[in-house]
Amino acid sequence: MHLDPVLLSRLQWSWVIAWHILLPAFTVGLASYIAVLEGLYFFTGRELWFRISGYWTKIFAVSFGMGVVSGIIMPFQFGTNWSRFTDATADVLSPLMAYEGLMAFFLEASFLGVLLFGRRLVPSWAHFLAALMVAFGTLLSSFWILATNSWMQTPQGYHIVNGRFEPVDWIAVIFNPSFPYRLLHNVTAFYITTAFVVMGVGAWLLRRERATEDARMMILMALDLLIILVPLQIFLGDQHGLNTLEYQPAKVAAIEGRYDTVSPMPLTLFGIPDDKAAVMRNAIEIPDLGSLILTHSWNGTIKGLKEWPADQRPPVGPPFFAFRVMVGIAFIMLFVVVVGEILRVRGRLWEAAWFLRLCPLVAPLGFVAVVAGWVTTEVGRQPWTVYGLLRTADSVSPSLTGTDVAISLALYIVVYLIMFPTGIGFMAGLVRRGPQPQESRPELVESGRPRRPFEDAARAVPDS
Amino acid sequence: MVLDLVPLWTALLALAVFYYVVFDGFDLGVGLLYGFAPNEAGQAIVMSSVVPVWDGNETWLVFGGLGLLAAFPLAFAIIIPAVYFPILIMLLALVFRGVAFEFRFKHQGLRRFWDRAFAVGSAVATFAQGVVLGAFIQGFKVDGRHFAGTSFDWVTPFALFTGVALMFGYGLLGAGWLVLKTEGELQDWARRAGRLCLIAVVIAIFAVSIWTPLANGDIARRWFSWPNIGFFSPVPIITALLAVAEWYALNRRQELTPFLGAIGLFLMSFIGIVISLWPMIVPFHYTLWQAASSGSTQAFLLIGTLFLLPIILMYTAWSYWVFRGKVRGDVRYH
Ligand code: HDD
Ligand code: HEM
Ligand code: HEM
Repeated sequence: MHLDPVLLSRLQWSWVIAWHILLPAFTVGLASYIAVLEGLYFFTGRELWFRISGYWTKIFAVSFGMGVVSGIIMPFQFGTNWSRFTDATADVLSPLMAYEGLMAFFLEASFLGVLLFGRRLVPSWAHFLAALMVAFGTLLSSFWILATNSWMQTPQGYHIVNGRFEPVDWIAVIFNPSFPYRLLHNVTAFYITTAFVVMGVGAWLLRRERATEDARMMILMALDLLIILVPLQIFLGDQHGLNTLEYQPAKVAAIEGRYDTVSPMPLTLFGIPDDKAAVMRNAIEIPDLGSLILTHSWNGTIKGLKEWPADQRPPVGPPFFAFRVMVGIAFIMLFVVVVGEILRVRGRLWEAAWFLRLCPLVAPLGFVAVVAGWVTTEVGRQPWTVYGLLRTADSVSPSLTGTDVAISLALYIVVYLIMFPTGIGFMAGLVRRGPQPQESRPELVESGRPRRPFEDAARAVPDS
Repeated sequence: MVLDLVPLWTALLALAVFYYVVFDGFDLGVGLLYGFAPNEAGQAIVMSSVVPVWDGNETWLVFGGLGLLAAFPLAFAIIIPAVYFPILIMLLALVFRGVAFEFRFKHQGLRRFWDRAFAVGSAVATFAQGVVLGAFIQGFKVDGRHFAGTSFDWVTPFALFTGVALMFGYGLLGAGWLVLKTEGELQDWARRAGRLCLIAVVIAIFAVSIWTPLANGDIARRWFSWPNIGFFSPVPIITALLAVAEWYALNRRQELTPFLGAIGLFLMSFIGIVISLWPMIVPFHYTLWQAASSGSTQAFLLIGTLFLLPIILMYTAWSYWVFRGKVRGDVRYH
């Protein structure tokens, strides 16, 4: 059997990044949520905020730990598997990633220790500050890594010297055309993902009549955020798509499942794409609607994939289906939050057992939408790593054999299949324990340190 | 001509790498020693001594990697594929070790497993880093701008030797840290472990110092030609003095000196390697200047680095300050 290092490297990349993205999707949102809770506690002194914050901080610690270890793997992938891509793009992209490290990772890592263990060792304002810094760090992290990715999607501000990209204008490199859309759409996605988890956990606790006051507060906070963010996200997604149509029309053709250019274009709801024959089989279509959504006019023209030579077309299946999953989830989410708000306005939220049962079921949907969105983005960009300029096939490290990558991929699969289920299991255990009332004894230590810091910290927190 | 930033970036990167080696070195070393700690209470303290800081220390690995990528991309693109498997093994070992901090606390049943993951993960990650170092000193097969060897070129007696040597080196750093953070019986144990590691480290430094010039004529000429031999002779002399001082520090009731002495030994070894290889960044094909990224890239990143690095060092220092003093119990928040 012939093992192709390019294909295997792509699989390996997809495997490690898809796991990694799940953690930022959660920790970016959760870090901000914890900062808000710490702020509320700092300014009002209400025990409630302290309890909720302590509860989520423990869950945060586990997911953050997994985010860090799965993240450290990522930059090394560029060297191990994508060295030709690295050689070609490093002058432009590496400072963006290095800034992520400098601005974000150090900030998060240093203040995380204080956030998790320093409750008794620092004054409360400093603890609040640590929470803010961690949250700020996760957002900076998103900023730089998405700038990096967006440049690969819509490169500008460079010129090419001997086959390598050299920077000309840094502002143009960072604020490339797809970056603002991608940043807003992603950060909103992360907040939505987290809010659905918080709401689901709140509903679960409430149905078991644990920590009722805390659980209700979680649900209300999540619902208020979501009723704004979910519609906003649908709008942002539409805008993001229009931007993609301008800069990566082949990707949009794949998303829409269009092989032939027709005008006006119908909206394909579903079908079975066949890339070889370049036809969509069993298509279910709504006339004209595709043109309306994408060009905001009844008979606008959208180019079909046949306008591109066969070796410049992305595969249709993954973006086509993944996109439908993402959009489908968006509308399920919209339904859930609208119903939730209606129940709440009518004052019936706490009696609606069916709704409280629904919330935990939809809690993981954000993660699915995030991964689906990224599959749309990344597979729709193929066959390029730098859009239109550098092919994926020309990006791989030349020294790698198929066997090398097969071994490494197998090891990544084994290790991740041990680590992630264990981590998720631990988090589930923490969720089940519920907020702990005895943890809310925020007696202040004098602003220096207590005489025996670690002993005190250990005594302050009960055993698990 | 614009300003040549290569020397500055070389210094910054050297600083980052050295910082990483000392700081993650001690917490990997603590992990290595963890399995040998006298009893369960002792083990808990050993682990607690690094729990609040390991994440920050490991971040320097990311920064070192990204710094190399940004300042000397050609080196990154050639060296990293050449050590494909050592890097893979190191990353996976770091995964196990990193999550063990979280998981160990929570699950009694699986505790054994994660205990072992912590100790073995630390050991394997250290070994892999030592192998990378050995492979680096030996140099790579290069064709144009690519690594031209196979993914198994790193398997040499020398690289395996440096792998084992680094385990003792980090063990020494870890022991120094534990002497600083513990007391009583546990501290006595750390001192014993430190002495053992020190003996091995001295042997390793000696062996590498003979092995490298024997294997490579250029390096031999660099050290032993006149007048270099005059300039460089302080390096082995200071190293020897440091080793003796370290031995006494580990034996006497000194608290901080063993850790500082271990750092000193690492610094001298680091200087030795720099002398041998300068100005190569891809031994023995590309110099620092040939592998450098464009002036604009280096300048753009430098502005932020010079501004941010002092701040980073400040809040890193603050987080160490918050957790200063002897460890007397299990640090936990769950
Ligand atoms: C909670 C998650 C979530 C939800 C509900 C949505 N999206 Fe999304 N979407 C993402 C999470 C996401 C993402 C994971 O964050 C992506 C992947 C890459 C990116 O930039 O954002 C994404 C990418 C992405 C792209 C690809 C852009 C490109 O690659 O160039 C389009 C066209 C849309 N989205 C459009 C939508 C529309 C029209 C939605 C609602 C009707 C929608 N998204 C809901
Ligand atoms: C975080 C969410 C991300 C996810 C889930 C994701 C997912 C994917 C997937 C599934 C592919 C494979 C496409 C194919 O093989 O057809 C891919 C390709 C790629 N992505 Fe991403 N990606 C993400 C972010 C990024 C970022 C931030 C970067 C760069 C900084 C990046 C760089 C690449 C590169 C270089 C490839 C080409 C290699 C390949 O085809 O596998 N990705 N990505
Ligand atoms: C090519 C893709 C990526 C690379 C190379 C990468 C790199 C890394 C690294 C090295 C870490 C560990 C940081 C530490 O030591 O503290 C990390 C964690 C993190 N990454 Fe990524 N990452 C990628 C994709 C993403 C994406 C797409 C996002 C968000 C949009 C993201 C956000 C984060 C965040 C917030 C953390 C902190 C840990 C956490 O919150 O889970 N990363 N990443």
